[in-house]
This record gives sequence, structure tokens and C-alpha cells, in this order.
Amino acid sequence: MEVAVVGVDGSEAGSRAAEFAARHVRDASAQLVVVYVVPWSPYTVQTPEENERRRVTKKQEIATAWENVVQPLLDRLQAEGTVTEGIVKHGHPAEVLCDIARERGASHLVVGRRGQSRVRALLFGSTPVNLIQMADVPVTVVP
Amino acid sequence: MSSALLAVSIDETINDSFERVSTFVQDIIFFSVPIAGFPFPLVVGWLAFAAVFFTVYFRAINVRGFTHAIALVKGDYTGPDEVGEVSHFQALATAVSGTVGLGNIAGVAVAITVGGPGATFWMILAGVLSMSTKFTECTLGVKYRRENADGSVSGGPMYYLSRGLAEQGKVRLGKFLAVAFAIFCIFGSLGGGNAFQSNQAFSQLRSVTGGDDGFLGGGSAGVVFGIVMAFFVGVVIIGGIKRIAKVTDKLVPFMAVFYVTSCLIVLGGNLGAIPEAFVLIFEGAFSPDGITGGVVGVLITGFQRAAFSNEAGLGSAPIAHSAVQTNRPVTEGYVALLEPFIDTVVICTMTALTIVITGAYTQVGTEGVQLTSDAFATVLPWFPNVLAVAVVMFAFSTMLAWSYYGAKATAYLFNESKTADLVYKGIFLTFVVIGAASSLDVIIGFSDAMIFAMSIPNLIGVYLLVRVVKRELTEYESGLRSGEIAKVKTTAS
Repeated sequence: MEVAVVGVDGSEAGSRAAEFAARHVRDASAQLVVVYVVPWSPYTVQTPEENERRRVTKKQEIATAWENVVQPLLDRLQAEGTVTEGIVKHGHPAEVLCDIARERGASHLVVGRRGQSRVRALLFGSTPVNLIQMADVPVTVVP
Repeated sequence: MSSALLAVSIDETINDSFERVSTFVQDIIFFSVPIAGFPFPLVVGWLAFAAVFFTVYFRAINVRGFTHAIALVKGDYTGPDEVGEVSHFQALATAVSGTVGLGNIAGVAVAITVGGPGATFWMILAGVLSMSTKFTECTLGVKYRRENADGSVSGGPMYYLSRGLAEQGKVRLGKFLAVAFAIFCIFGSLGGGNAFQSNQAFSQLRSVTGGDDGFLGGGSAGVVFGIVMAFFVGVVIIGGIKRIAKVTDKLVPFMAVFYVTSCLIVLGGNLGAIPEAFVLIFEGAFSPDGITGGVVGVLITGFQRAAFSNEAGLGSAPIAHSAVQTNRPVTEGYVALLEPFIDTVVICTMTALTIVITGAYTQVGTEGVQLTSDAFATVLPWFPNVLAVAVVMFAFSTMLAWSYYGAKATAYLFNESKTADLVYKGIFLTFVVIGAASSLDVIIGFSDAMIFAMSIPNLIGVYLLVRVVKRELTEYESGLRSGEIAKVKTTAS
């Protein structure tokens, strides 16, 4: 079965992307993998308190992402008849999305666009832009 | 109240009473035997012996483990499941931002003032050897860390002393050493980790704002500065305002890079003088002129300052390193050996070269951070102002790190009691003020004594547990050879 991957982050744009992707996979009778990436870099400087609680914090972050974003979305999309699956992972958002797309042999990647200012995008990069540069499959950016 | 009493400002009152306590403590910790007519503090020999012993015992792990340590920090061996947990880089960065501080700026200046340029040589040598000590103690820190009921992790000498020695049937000895360590750690956190830091931060600020005639020149300015500093530390450690801690943590690595770059600029401006500086350092190391105690005196000074700066053998680093995510404790040992390298071999050497090359150490009457500041000012006249900011930031981050060590020791002693934690933090803040108000000699003496005291219970335990580390290392190395432990292939292109 054909697979498409959509990246969500709890934002409006994310759920628009998910709906767009869901429509697309239903038409193609394909499967949709909903991915929530908790932004995480192993090269940041943390306080010792953050370090000692990190394992707990990671679990909480995953639980929150599931409860607040991924599960409700999966419920809604499945009710509409889409075949879906959810994944929550830590890492660099664009890199993780590309990795999952590759592992699943996905033919399509979909993400939303937050419409952040140019300065912000320039300073911090943006997931859609990174994705376009890195992805092996076509990327759709939903405004 | 008589006018004579009034004449003694608040600063001086604190200074006087503190001096008595300080002298008393120093007499015990720095018990010395005369060697070649120079008083040799046994505790410095204790640390130096440990560094040599672990270097020999682990067959120069400080040298042969170096490249593997870098591969671990880069994340070459991090499995996909470990993403999102404390990386080797993060554990190292947290430990380094606690270690890199005034020891690197002021401590080096003290070493050169007392021991001449030759002290640099012994400092670097001590730094290289003590990489092995860090390797050993930090491996134990991870090996015997405790997972608490709430899922958080606690580690450090308190845990490897008590749990590790209990494994060998030495329950009471382990408990005793752990308690002794915790007590010394609390006092050390108040001295070198705190009072010394605020003292030097104030000294540099006072100097860039016009010295005795500036607006921080008054008799009680030290107290006022101390109170302001204590307020900010208090907001973080008691008020739990993480934002400030986060800002400092982001700034410290930046400051460290900036500091090293500045050193390189000063060195670049005096390129021709570099060979001569090395000659001075080598000559001074083996045939010092006019230094009390000759070679032994210089050697002791260098070793003492190196230990104070990189903290190897004291047991503070294992507390910071123990939160790392790894299934093999020895990996964090590897990573920890980079800490004295960054701290002593790179940053301290930079400071020392800057001071020696500019000849700033030949001036009479400047001490501590002032000396370093003067050295920079010869090439970059505006630098003392920037250094003042850097010193305050370093001091602040070191205080936060040590308050954490002290709080962990308090938690261990008082069974995680919330009241004890609050009392400790209250005392900690008082010492921020005391530090800013006292003179340098008194502070350095007291902080050295307390911090060095930590090494006694810590290293006794590490020696007793050294076979455990050996076993871990042997298993790990055979895993590396057989290919069972291999670099993780990243799927990302």
C-alpha cells in the first residue's frame, strides 16, 4: 500500500496539513503516517537539574504529544475512513520526517507552514525549507 | 558606640572573623611536611599521586582514549532509542560550565604570581595526568547512580562510596566516606564554588569602575555587590526561575570561546615573544629564580592551581556527569577525560601564556583576576570591561553548579529533606555576600582547604573501587575490538 507521511506539531497549520494529506491518501487508497517530532538537539547546554530529570521529561513530552495532538487527530481521521498510524519521536524535525519517510518507503511528505517572519526563518531555519532540501520524495507544504 | 568601632566598616568586620575560621581550617587540611626546605601539603601529593596512579593503572587512558572520547561526544555511538535523553555532549557541557570559571582566569594568575612562569608547566602536566582521575571517578559516578522514585537520577561520590563499597561488604566504611564527602562538599560549595567566585567578580568590577575612587570603591560596596549577586543566585536556586539559569548556560560556552579567542588575539599580537615565553616557562619549571622552595615550590603551586581549576579527584564532576544516557558507564568516563583537557590544557594554558608573554606578572601588587586583566589590557585596552562581564558570568554559572553539588550532598545527608535544602541554600546565599566582602587571601585559603578536603574520602573510595572500573573498561574495549560496540549508522544522508 502506498504511504504518505505528514508532520504535525499541534499548530493550526499542522492540522490543515493533516487534513490535506488525509484527503489525498483516501483518494489514492493509501496509508497516512502522522508524525509528531519533539524538537531536540543533543548539542545544547542544559542545567544539571534538567539533566537529572531528562528521562522523566522525555516521557512527559511524548505523552503530551500523544494525548493532545496525535491521538485526537488519529481518532478524527480514522472516523473519516483514513488508514492512519501515529509516531512521536525526538530529534531534528526535518531529519526525523525524512528518516521515517525513507523507512516506510513513503511516496509523499506533507507539512504545514507556520508563516513565521523572514528574520525568524533566517535565524532558526524552518522545517518546510529544510525538508525541501533534504527529502528524497516530493514534499507538499500546506499554507 | 565609640567612634573607633564605627570606623571599622562592615567589610572589615566580616573579614576579621572569617580569617580566624579560615586559618584554623587550613592548618588541618594543608598539613605539610618539609621537602627540600619547602612545606609540602600532603593533600596536593595525594591528588598528584592519584593522577599518576590512574594514568599508569589504565595504561595512559588519558592519551589513548582521547579520540574515542571525541567520537562519543559527537554522538557516533548514540543509538536511536537514546535520542531525546541526556547526550554525552550535554553531560560534558554541563560539567564544563561548572568547572570553567575563575580558576582558569584568576587561579592561573595566582599560580604565576606565587610560582613564576614555571608554574604553567606543572599546571599543564597536572592537567594531562588528571584526565585519568576524571575518567575513573566519572565512570563510577554513572555506574552507581541511583534512580529516584520520581524517575530522576542522582549520582556522584555519595552514591558510589556508599553503594559501591557496600557491594564489597564494606557497608560501614562506605557510609562513613559518603557522609564525610557530603559534609566537605557542602563546605567546599560555600568556599571555592561560591565565596571565591563572588570575591573575584567584585574585584574585577571594582577595578573597571575606577578602583578605590570609583563608585564601588566605598567600604561597604562589597556587601552591596554581594547582596545583588545573592539575589540573582537566590532567584534561580530558591525561586526556581529557570530562565536566568538557561540564559547563563547559553552564554557561558559563548564566553569561553570568546575568552580563548581573545587570548589568541593577544598572543597573535606578540607572536615574536612566544618562543621566549616557552623558554621562561621551561626554565622556570626546572630552575626557578627567586621562588621560595625552588622546583618543589613551583611544582606544588602548579599542581595546586590545576587541581583547583579542573577539580579532578575532588568528586564534584561525577555529580554532574552522572545523568547521561548510556548503558555502559565507562563511556562517560571517556567523555569526562576531555574536561581537564578543555579546562586546564587549553584554557588555563591560554591564560598563562597571555600573562607570561605580556610580562604582566612582573608588576608588583596586582593579584588574582586583576593580573589577567592587566595582561589583556596591554594589547586590547578595552578588554578589562569585557572581562568583567565574563568574570561575573563565569562566577554566576560556577555558583549555580556548586549550589547544585552542595544541594545534592545536603539531600544525601538529610534524606532529601525540603527544609534542609532550604537551609543549605540560605547559607549558600550568605556566603555569596561574605565572599564579596572579604579579601583574596582569606578566601583562597578557605576555599582551597574545603575543596581539597573532598578529595580525601572520594579518592579512598575510588582506589577501593578501581577494579570495578578496570572490569568495565576491559569489557568495553573487547566489545570495541570485536565490533559488538560499533558506530551507529545514521540513516539521514
